[in-house]
Amino acid sequence: MAAIAIVLGAVLGYAAIKFHTEGNPMVDKIDAVLPQTQCGQCGFPGCKPYATAISTGEAPINKCPPGGEEGIQKLADLLGVDPIPFGGDTQPKPKSVALIDESTCIGCTLCIQACPVDAIVGAAKQMHTIIAAECTGCELCIAPCPVDCISMQAIEENITNWKWKYPAYALTSVEAAATAGASR
Amino acid sequence: MRKLYQFHGGIHPPSNKSQSTRTAIAQAPLPAKLTIPFHQHAGETAKPVVKIGDHVLKGQMIGLPDGFVSSAVHASASGTIAAIDMQLIAHPSGLPNLCATLIPDGKDEWIELNPVADYRSYSPIEFQQALRMAGVVGLGGAAFPSDVKLAIHKQKIKTLILNGAECEPYITCDDMLMRERAEGIVRGAEMLRFMLDANEVLYGIEDNKPEAISALQQAITASGGVIQPNKRHEVVSIPTIYPGGSAKQLIRVLTGLEVPSGKLPTDISVQCFNVATAYTVHRAIDFGEPLLSRIVTITGNVGHAKNYDVLIGTPINELVALSDALPDTDRYIMGGPMMGIPLPAVQVPVVKATNCVIAASKKLFPPPQPVLPCIRCTRCAEVCPADLQPQDLYWFAQSREFGRAQAFSLFDCIECGACSYVCPSHIPLVQYYRFAKSEIRAREHDKQLSDQARERHEYHELRIEREKQEKADKLKAKEKAAQAAKLSSPPPLTPEQQAEQQKLEASRAHILEVVQSTIEQTDEGAVK
Repeated sequence: MAAIAIVLGAVLGYAAIKFHTEGNPMVDKIDAVLPQTQCGQCGFPGCKPYATAISTGEAPINKCPPGGEEGIQKLADLLGVDPIPFGGDTQPKPKSVALIDESTCIGCTLCIQACPVDAIVGAAKQMHTIIAAECTGCELCIAPCPVDCISMQAIEENITNWKWKYPAYALTSVEAAATAGASR
Repeated sequence: MRKLYQFHGGIHPPSNKSQSTRTAIAQAPLPAKLTIPFHQHAGETAKPVVKIGDHVLKGQMIGLPDGFVSSAVHASASGTIAAIDMQLIAHPSGLPNLCATLIPDGKDEWIELNPVADYRSYSPIEFQQALRMAGVVGLGGAAFPSDVKLAIHKQKIKTLILNGAECEPYITCDDMLMRERAEGIVRGAEMLRFMLDANEVLYGIEDNKPEAISALQQAITASGGVIQPNKRHEVVSIPTIYPGGSAKQLIRVLTGLEVPSGKLPTDISVQCFNVATAYTVHRAIDFGEPLLSRIVTITGNVGHAKNYDVLIGTPINELVALSDALPDTDRYIMGGPMMGIPLPAVQVPVVKATNCVIAASKKLFPPPQPVLPCIRCTRCAEVCPADLQPQDLYWFAQSREFGRAQAFSLFDCIECGACSYVCPSHIPLVQYYRFAKSEIRAREHDKQLSDQARERHEYHELRIEREKQEKADKLKAKEKAAQAAKLSSPPPLTPEQQAEQQKLEASRAHILEVVQSTIEQTDEGAVK
């Protein structure tokens, strides 16, 4: 009995070292679903903190407007809970990127410090500009700007980002279809 | 007789090809205005290298290839660049894209051409670069840059297939090209074979084009010296069945090999080019001419259906006017009736991918019948050339279950439209597949962007943390230094320094005295 206990204890001890996981795997899974805008609209300072809060049950899953309804659905599927609609003032907006009006910019670097993904380039007293390809559209740079030279530009549809639409056709009643078929 | 194989499914729609093969290829006149899009090929848009007002010569490059999968764009005639702006192009979205507007001067002055005397002295890399700069892309419809298709890595290519099947109804541009310019095709094919180091070239042509088959056979027999000895060129007549001209299906018919899901033909030692592409390769190498024109079939609801040799950028309305479009024409289709796209406007220009323009009327193409629910008859599965289960793919696409659609090999669908053609419920199946595919691609793109943002954010956090740490370390070091300075006693003074200090102290005492006395005096004065 004691021998078995010792052997099993050793196995468990070995397994604990061998299969040790860094961090919380659930948090990473939730974080992978979140859109990574790092905008803080959920009330947490970034996507990872929100993911942590969801995993501990502190935050509901409908606090991420950039993720949209689909994001809620994905979180619900992942966590095995029912999807809940957006509440009150948290509503998804069209995707956009920030644009600096370069003639107004005074080069204060406040927006550079606010950007969570380092998508703004510039130096003190030099004009700043945004790397549109890296901008997540979090809007965190807008508030700190002392001269209000940053605006959000909605991403317009063009040939490269255009998508085929869901097929739309007029619904026909079965009778109408039958008469159309008979007349042919 | 060569043993031929079969692919799964396929359909036999009425071919409607004879209308446009009665007369020879005609030269379309130089239009008053050419609109040349910078994005005519799969991949990245070419970068404009001319300015508004520039005078350009015929064959001058106006768009430089930008990125690995990209191709050059050239001026189709000599003239002046009048504008570089967004214009409507033939794209299913109906959205505009960057185009150069060229007003021809009518002189048709060529730029100096550099024909290659002996292509065999070229390395494959030099040859690919020449094609890239000549703007040679696949002319079968997808417009994939040909140089990229030649850039094979370790794979050994055994068979080069020249696709002259032209399986889609109405289209006859390849047929007419093979009838009239077979020698050029054979020369171009031999160049491609040489560069790929393939053992044989098979020309797959559907048996409804006997004239093209005999023309190519004659060209091969008469080619003497063009084809390297001990290498074989063979014209193979294949049964007419739609979509026998799709690359994977043609490979299957000719070689019996099946391209595995998610792989390329090169993975099974086969490469495939369209016959018109081979002809363009011949022009680009033997004459140094970039791709400036192509054969376009104008057919459908027109008085004289015909094939024209058309400059890239010619407005399509001028072409259909040449063929006398009938008054009841209500729309135009670019490509064939099975896979073509409706044109957003008839003024859009001919591009490298424009193989055919069909004038459509209500009589010729009756409006789609009302859509009824899927009854799971599986007729679509019977005809699917990719051997998929279209009814299941439809179900997943319409309920937006993209993951499951992907698991059912949605991306093996070639969008040939055979399933919609036979569907008794008239469901626009291909539209559902296109919708699902583009949604999946958009999601993958978003995922890539969000992964990139996560990485950047994590690095940002790391950097802030590091800067904080560095600041704290510096502060600590400073404090330490200050403390150390305080603890250590001041060094003993030298006699000179002592004398100086005494002097200083004496003068300080004197100043103090003087100040004191002055204050006393003023005080006394004030009392008085």
